[in-house]
Amino acid sequence: MTLKQQDKTDPVIEIEGLSIHFGEGDQLVKAVDHVSLSVPSQQSFGLVGESGSGKSTILRSLAGLNHHCGGEIRLEGEALSNKRSKAFYKKVQMVFQDPYASLHPRHTIDKILTEPLAIHGLKHPEKRIAEVMEQVALPTKFRFRYSHQLSGGQRQRVAIARALILEPKILLLDEPTSALDVSIQAEILNLLNQLREELSLTYLLVSHDLAVVSYMCEQVAVMQHGKVVELLQVDKNGNTNAQHPYTQQLNLASKGYDRQVIDQFIEHQ
Amino acid sequence: MSEQQNQLLEVKNLNVTFPSVHGEIHAVRDISFKMGREKIAIVGESGSGKSQTGRAILGLSPGNVNAQQLIFDGTDLQALSPRDYREIRGKRISMVMQDPKYSLNPVMTVGKQMIEACQIQMKVSKKQALSRCMEMLEAVRIRNPQRVFNTYPHEISGGMGQRIMIAMMLLSSPDLLIADEPTSALDVTVQLQVLAIMDDLVKERGMGLILISHDLPLVASFCDRILVMYAGRIVEELEADKLQDAKHPYTRGLLSCLPSNAVKGEALSIMQRQDNWLNDSLDAQGNLV
Repeated sequence: MTLKQQDKTDPVIEIEGLSIHFGEGDQLVKAVDHVSLSVPSQQSFGLVGESGSGKSTILRSLAGLNHHCGGEIRLEGEALSNKRSKAFYKKVQMVFQDPYASLHPRHTIDKILTEPLAIHGLKHPEKRIAEVMEQVALPTKFRFRYSHQLSGGQRQRVAIARALILEPKILLLDEPTSALDVSIQAEILNLLNQLREELSLTYLLVSHDLAVVSYMCEQVAVMQHGKVVELLQVDKNGNTNAQHPYTQQLNLASKGYDRQVIDQFIEHQ
Repeated sequence: MSEQQNQLLEVKNLNVTFPSVHGEIHAVRDISFKMGREKIAIVGESGSGKSQTGRAILGLSPGNVNAQQLIFDGTDLQALSPRDYREIRGKRISMVMQDPKYSLNPVMTVGKQMIEACQIQMKVSKKQALSRCMEMLEAVRIRNPQRVFNTYPHEISGGMGQRIMIAMMLLSSPDLLIADEPTSALDVTVQLQVLAIMDDLVKERGMGLILISHDLPLVASFCDRILVMYAGRIVEELEADKLQDAKHPYTRGLLSCLPSNAVKGEALSIMQRQDNWLNDSLDAQGNLV
């Protein structure tokens, strides 16, 4: 294979025919069923769907947390095996949903941020930690505190700082704001947008909130029962022009309570 | 006089405090409201005291609760003995908690715990309890009640679990249902279906509903009135259809930071909290005083 310069429009993540199954026999669950997507460099790509639709499973298998049983995941053109290398984690990092569960309760913020640097043997950790804390707008006084001494929004900033500290190119965001209040959600979404611009990051964002993904992303894949039912292009005004009945129903449901509309809801198969 | 009869709950200057090493923490400060057989919502961020308000009404708060008046359908709740309170709790005022996973007993089948609740509350035979439970499961639109009846809580989905919780709370036909974030763990479509069930019950049985939530646009489309809480106080009371005319900067801030109200490509507006929100209230013209 010849080396070629990564073009801005070249996909950095390509997923082709990905299948992930759990259990076997009667208990077999096809969590992800032949999903193909491609995420262009420096784009923000959204995955939406209801719980159990397989959106988080795709993200976890990208991060190497689930083994896939079929299909291929390619990162910058190279196929990934089930075992991930150290170099992979320097390029791809993940931010989890619940900042109350994803930070070690007995480690200080300093320790949490030092660990990835130590694993990768990077020099000048002091300087890098101060830098990354500034990027996510965490005051330096928090550096030697424990995570229980921080609020939810501050914890999520720590989780984002931990992901950014290795200077990755791709961030996998698994419902980064669903455990937060709307006012804090706004702060975190602004931070993510600002970081993407400053550091030319590529985002793969999973959310169940259509408003969040259509605000954040340029492309959105709508998932249901492990399959992608529709791929939406979000225009400049945040409109998606959804055609699939399932997506339209999701759209209606997120508009608020309307008795007539609810009676027309159907189970899409 | 007629208003007096329609009144279901009157709360006047309710306070909930917790002792701590740093002095008392005021979780709820001097809140007052009245409600009839209608749907009201208590909205606020985490830590604003909305859940503590709900628990205080039921006498379930672990903190120190005191109020000038806490009157439910003519009964002074504060004067009740623990035994009399138990007669009201569950039977006439019920509460649906946020997460069915933590509220249902994991080692008992759904049916067994429903029958237990039914027998304790209504003092009926097992057979009568069984038919009542089936009836309630059908009322919350569970298609195959017999199957659900014999499952354990871990075998059912979140939406189903929440419906079972609601069915369980409705066994004794309560006059007032306090629902503490009953739908925030659910998918959008299921969330609306669960709300629709509660809506029908309010209409059909003339029940009062206090919906505790953090989702301002959702409750505005569902409830009749909204109480907005900030730092333990009610900072604004609104008719639900007048949400867009909200006066308090906190309510306005909550609305403006929603991504659905934002322009793509522009930063979301951030809430600038002011110290005077903690103690000031709105006058009749809607200005901070």
